[in-house]
Amino acid sequence: MVMSMRKMSVNQCGQIRQVTASGEMGRRIRDMGLVPGTDLMVVGRAPLQDPVALRMKGFTLSLRNSEADFITVEAK
Amino acid sequence: MSQAHIRAAMSGQPNCGKSTMFNAITGGSARVGNYPGITVDRLEGTYRKNGYEIKLVDLPGTYSLTSYSMEEVVARNVIVDEHPDVVINMVDATALERSLYLAVQFMEIGAPLVLGLNMMDEVKRNGVAIDTKKLSQLLNVPVVACTARLGQGREELMAEVVQLAKDTKGLWKPIRLSYGPDLDPILERMAKRIEEEGFMTGRHDPRWVAIKYLEGDELVIEAGRAAGPLSAELEAVCAEAEKTTRLNSNTTPDAIIADWRYGFINGLLKQGVVTGGDELRRNMSDNIDRVVTHKLLGPLIMAGMLWAMFYITFTLGAYPQGWIEDGFTALSDLGTTYIPEGYVQSLIVNGIIGGVGAVIGFTPLILIMFAMLVFLEDLGYMARVAYMMDKVMRIFGLHGMSVMPLIMSGGIPGGCAVPGVMCARTLRSPRERLATILTAPFMVCGAKTTAYLMLVAAFFPQSPTGAMFAVVIAAWAFVLLVSRLLRWTVVKGESTPFVMEIPPYRLPTLRGVAVHTLERVWQYVKKAGTVILAVSIVMWAVMTFPELPEDTVASFDARRSIAEEQVKTANPQATGEDLDKLVSDAQTPITDEQNEAALQYSVGGSVGSFLKPVTDLAGFPWQANIALIGAFAAKEVFVSTMATAYSMGEVDPEDATSLSDRLAADPAWTLPAILSVFVFMLLYTPCMVTVVCIAKESNWKWALFSVGGSMAFAFVMAVVVFHTTKLFV
Repeated sequence: MVMSMRKMSVNQCGQIRQVTASGEMGRRIRDMGLVPGTDLMVVGRAPLQDPVALRMKGFTLSLRNSEADFITVEAK
Repeated sequence: MSQAHIRAAMSGQPNCGKSTMFNAITGGSARVGNYPGITVDRLEGTYRKNGYEIKLVDLPGTYSLTSYSMEEVVARNVIVDEHPDVVINMVDATALERSLYLAVQFMEIGAPLVLGLNMMDEVKRNGVAIDTKKLSQLLNVPVVACTARLGQGREELMAEVVQLAKDTKGLWKPIRLSYGPDLDPILERMAKRIEEEGFMTGRHDPRWVAIKYLEGDELVIEAGRAAGPLSAELEAVCAEAEKTTRLNSNTTPDAIIADWRYGFINGLLKQGVVTGGDELRRNMSDNIDRVVTHKLLGPLIMAGMLWAMFYITFTLGAYPQGWIEDGFTALSDLGTTYIPEGYVQSLIVNGIIGGVGAVIGFTPLILIMFAMLVFLEDLGYMARVAYMMDKVMRIFGLHGMSVMPLIMSGGIPGGCAVPGVMCARTLRSPRERLATILTAPFMVCGAKTTAYLMLVAAFFPQSPTGAMFAVVIAAWAFVLLVSRLLRWTVVKGESTPFVMEIPPYRLPTLRGVAVHTLERVWQYVKKAGTVILAVSIVMWAVMTFPELPEDTVASFDARRSIAEEQVKTANPQATGEDLDKLVSDAQTPITDEQNEAALQYSVGGSVGSFLKPVTDLAGFPWQANIALIGAFAAKEVFVSTMATAYSMGEVDPEDATSLSDRLAADPAWTLPAILSVFVFMLLYTPCMVTVVCIAKESNWKWALFSVGGSMAFAFVMAVVVFHTTKLFV
């Protein structure tokens, strides 16, 4: 099921389909390895539900929901 | 060719163990400096073996060579401008794919590269095998397996550096990655034009410049515009390229470049380099985080941790702080005894020893607080704090990472803005960092706590706890509101992305913590110390000159003699110590009066009176004027100056109860005046140590802004509070 990364729940896995962010944020997101084809799992959310923590490529990354909006995921 | 000197740069992504390896290689020879014009530290060290001398620069951690943060720009500029003979790239082997992203970019600019695969012990523990030989073959780069924490792989790494320097003889050979059918022909065309025109080729490889244009790298494009008209042509090609990529695959060229780089790495690793393991498996750290960042437990643990840090700093730090203060007291006693009375004695004892002593007294607090902070940061806990607090702080234009500096500065009363401002360097985002640095001094630091305790005891004796609590709440409210204001005005701009690695928990090495802590403390002592010495001397002069006219002094002397005579005639039978005591009791009020007169007569006093028409708007009693001016040097001075002004001579700032009684009795302190001074004290100019720190952590322009801005803001708020409360009283 293709959905925005924001909508993923904790412990859900998925694969990135598209990253639409541009400019500084886009560079940052891609530099950290969030590129299409990347497998990931949501491992946690901060106490106020935002930011979100992801497990991918052997490390853990956190990003805000407003940044996750730019990432489309094929969820499993 | 025997090349005895090799210049090497140590690079890597954050948390890859780069600095640990740097320390292991250079031993105690590392030296801190600054990159010209910016505050990023520059660490240099030397390694000697078999007649080779390798000069090593430790670059700031960076995920990529795209210019994004100050640190990434520094890392890139050192490589490009200083053209080191060899670049050592430390790599976190537990996240190999992401880590190679930087390595690939180094290869693209052609830097002779040695890869150090760090944390190989952890990799093995995770059941993963990495074929370093295969990786080395595929990349055509020497690869060394290391465990920096244990110093393993250090010698092998340096042997490869020597070998590579011999082989390449300082020659750079950029590799050519393919960026797919859409971009390759465009890159080809751009590179050709760049080469023909010799456009920036003195510094860069033509193809690399073309890639940077397509990536939209602002710094390179800016430099390009200055370099010549070809820039406009290249930019036009980029715009065209973007149209093509949008049409063909609905993305931008920079996205395609990143995708293909990762594709290249992925393809490499799939050829049998990495076997076993599961990238998505929760590791130990993720499991710990289920508790540490839990919805309810997380904030509780954080609060407990902060409280413990605070408690340890100020309880443990009080002892060495006391010793240092005792030492300086002894020193000033020595000065009083051996230097003849006069200006020289006063300058050395009151000005220099007093001023510098107050600053050096902070050192233990800074040392302890920094040791704990460095420990928590190296452990990986600070990233969790930022993660948990980000949502709240973002509302006010700050960053998750701002919490720590704010609390250090006095978010819990008794902190100190100096370590607070210094620890704001953990913030990687420049705008949020600046907003944090500028507002952190509003917090109720230890010195302000003393003053508030005195004022609260004087004016709110029935509910001191409630009053103190209100002060702290007000401090937080002002910090958050002013940050929001600053972020809307002078430090405006989009919030920095929070795409942040949550590093795995790793026990820091004692050596690493010690080295980092001592570096910071030494910088504080050295830099703050020199400026503070100068300001101490100025403050001393301002509070000393001009002195009372001779006839006034003579009249005070005469009154003292009269008092002595009176005591002697009134107590004819008293002798020795008893008599001395009686005499000094009788003389003290006169001396106090003289001190008060002298203070009023000095430049400081004149300025205080001069300002009276202005400060009347906020309803300050005149004594508060001088005290607040003096408190610029150090907020503790507020209590001691008030004491002098209330003709009590020297009063121990710790024991201010009797002063409170005097204050309470003075009718000038009406409720509006009290609240107005409370607010002003909270918000006005940070003490000079903090100002120096702000200057060091940002620049003097911002430090002056902090001085002027908070002064103006504090005054306006004090006037508002004074007049509104007057309406209700």
